[in-house]
Amino acid sequence: MNNVQNKKRANKSRSPFFFTDSFKVLSLIIIISSILLIVTFTFDIVPPILNRGIQPATFPKALLVLIICLTLVVYILSIKFPWKKEKKLPKPFYITLYNFILFIIIAKTLDFFLAISVLSFLISYFWGERRIKALLLVSILFPIIVFVVFETILGLRFPPGIITNIYYK
Amino acid sequence: MENLYLMMAPLFSTKLLLVLFFGTLFGLILGVLPGLGPTTGGALILPFTMTLDPLSAIVLLTSIYCAGTYGGAITAILINTPGTPAAAATCLDGYPLAQKGEAGRALGMATVSSTIGGVFSVVVLVFFAPLLAQLAYEFGQPEYFALAIFGLTMLASIGDGNPIKNLIAGAFGILISTIGKDFMTSIDRFTFGINELSEGIGFIPVVVGLFAISEMLTQSTLLDQVFKRVALKAIKLPSIDDYKKTWKTILRSSGIGSFIGVLPAEGGTVASLIGYAEAKRWSKKPEEFGKGSIEGIAGAEAANNAATGGAMVPTLALGIPGSATTAVILTGLIIHGVRPGPDLFREQPEFLYGIFGSMLIANIMFFVFGFFGAKIFARITLVSNKLLWPMIFAVSVCGTYSLNQSLIDVWIMLLFGIIGFFMRRYGFSLVPVIIGLILGELVEGTLRQSLVIFEGNWLMFLTRPIALTFFILSLIALAFPLLKRKKIKND
Repeated sequence: MNNVQNKKRANKSRSPFFFTDSFKVLSLIIIISSILLIVTFTFDIVPPILNRGIQPATFPKALLVLIICLTLVVYILSIKFPWKKEKKLPKPFYITLYNFILFIIIAKTLDFFLAISVLSFLISYFWGERRIKALLLVSILFPIIVFVVFETILGLRFPPGIITNIYYK
Repeated sequence: MENLYLMMAPLFSTKLLLVLFFGTLFGLILGVLPGLGPTTGGALILPFTMTLDPLSAIVLLTSIYCAGTYGGAITAILINTPGTPAAAATCLDGYPLAQKGEAGRALGMATVSSTIGGVFSVVVLVFFAPLLAQLAYEFGQPEYFALAIFGLTMLASIGDGNPIKNLIAGAFGILISTIGKDFMTSIDRFTFGINELSEGIGFIPVVVGLFAISEMLTQSTLLDQVFKRVALKAIKLPSIDDYKKTWKTILRSSGIGSFIGVLPAEGGTVASLIGYAEAKRWSKKPEEFGKGSIEGIAGAEAANNAATGGAMVPTLALGIPGSATTAVILTGLIIHGVRPGPDLFREQPEFLYGIFGSMLIANIMFFVFGFFGAKIFARITLVSNKLLWPMIFAVSVCGTYSLNQSLIDVWIMLLFGIIGFFMRRYGFSLVPVIIGLILGELVEGTLRQSLVIFEGNWLMFLTRPIALTFFILSLIALAFPLLKRKKIKND
C-alpha cells in the first residue's frame, strides 16, 4: 500500500514534460534540423543536363528528414521510458567553457601561442593546480615544446601575433 | 612464400622497427590514460604522419591501435577504470582479482590473452582480407552503396547505446560530410558564405573535437573523483593451471573478436563484451565471474585485441572502417594517397603485407613492453588531470591547426568538442558520427552514380544480387537490437 502511495507521489512530483532533459535535448535537435532543412531549399538547383542522379539538395534533405523522424521516435519512447536525470554540471565545466571563449578571443586578437598558454594556465589553475612549477610547465614550457616540434617537424607556420612575430623576427 | 617474405620485411628495416617501437610505446601510454585511447591518439598523431612515407605512417597508426587496445587493460585492472572503452569488460574481473592481491597475475593473463588474440586476428587478416578484396572485384557503384548502407545500419547495434540514437548520430555524421562544395556539381551546401567551409569539414577537427576536447570537458566534471589504486609489485606469467583453465576461452574469444571486428562499424568494445559473456556461458565456474575470474579477463582481453586485425579486413579490402580507430587509419591511408580496395591488393602487395607484418610485430612488442614495463606504465595513471589535459589541449589545437593552417579548423574542433560532450551526456554514441563522416561521401557518391546508371529507377537496386543481400543484411542489422531488447524485456 505504501509503495503504491509512494509511486503516486513520485508521479505527481515528476517535472512537467517541457522541463525534462529529453524534451529539451530532442526539441533542440528538431529545431536545428528544421532550420537546416529550410536552408537546403536555398541551395542552387542544377539544370537537368548537368544534374547527375539527384539534385545536390536532395540527399541532405533526406538526411534531415530522417534525423527529425528518428528524434520524434526517441521522444515518444522517452515518454514511456524516461531518461535518467543528469546531475547539474559543476563549476569547473563552465569555467572550462568560458576559457574556450577566452582562447578564441586571444587567438583572434592577440596571439595564438599566448592563447594556448593562457588557456593551459587557467584550466590547470581552476582545476585545482597551485604549484607554481607545475603551472609554469603546463603554460609555458610545454606550449613552447609543442610549438617548436610542430614548427620544425611539420614545417608549420603559426598565425602572426604579438609573441609569434617576435619568434619569427 | 613470397607474401611471407613481404610480411617479414619490416623486421629488416631499421626505420620501420623504430616506427613500430615508438608506435607501440605511444599506444601503450595512450591506452593506459583513461579518456585517451587509440582513436584520439591516432587522430592527434595524424598530422605528424605527414612527414613519413605512407607505409611508415600506417605502421605507426596500426601499432598505436594494437598497443592502445591492450594498454586499456592496465588501468582497468589497477584502478577499475578502463583506459579504453574496449577494456570495460576487463574491469569486471580484473579489478576484483587485483584487490585480492593478484594484480600481477591479472595483468599477466591480460597480456598473454591480448597477444594471442592480436596474433590470431593478424592471421585472419592475412587470409580474409585478400578474399574479401577478390569479392569486391564484383562490386559496382550499387553494391558499394548497399555495402555502405549495411555498414551504417550496423551502427544501430554498436555498444550499449540506444540503437535509434546511434542512427541519429550516424545520420549527423553523414550530414557533416555534405558540408562544402557538392563533389558532382560544385554547388555550395551549408557553407553559410564562409569560404573555408567550401572544402568541407576536415576529419581531424571533428575527431579531435569529439574525442579529445569532449573528454576534456567530461574530465572537468569529474575533478572530485578519487581512484582507488591497487599496488602492483610485478607482472606474472600465468601458471600452467591458469593456461589449462583458459586456453579454450582465449581461442574462442580470439575467434569471436576477429569475427566481430570484421563486421563493418563494430569494434573492440562489442567484441570484448561478447567475448566476456561467452566465456561466462561456457565456464565451469560461472559464479566466479565478477569476483575475479581469470577466465573473465582472458575472454574480454583476447576478444578486444582480436578485433583489431578483424577490423582492418573491411578497412583495407573495401575501404569501410571496421571501428572508430580504423576510421582514423583509413583517413591516414587517404591522406597519403592510398585508396583501399581490391586494386591495392593487386598493385601494392608489399605495402599491404608490410602492414600485416607490422601488426604481428606490434602484438609481440606490446607483450614485451607490457610484461617488463607494466609497472612503469601503471605509474602514468598518477599524472594529474590538472596537468595532463591542458597539455593535450595544446597538442590538439596545434595538430588541428597544422593540417590546413587554418584557425577555422580550431574553432570547428572546439565546437565539436562541446557537441561531443553533450552527445555523450545524453546517451548518443560518438563512434557513429565518425563512421558516418567517413562513409558519407561514399554513400552519397555511389547512390548518385547508381541512379545515373539506373536512369533514376530506384527499384533497379533490387535487381543486383549482391546489393540485395546487403540490403537484407541491413534490415536484419536494424531489427536485431529491437529483437534483443524485446528478448531482454521478456526474460
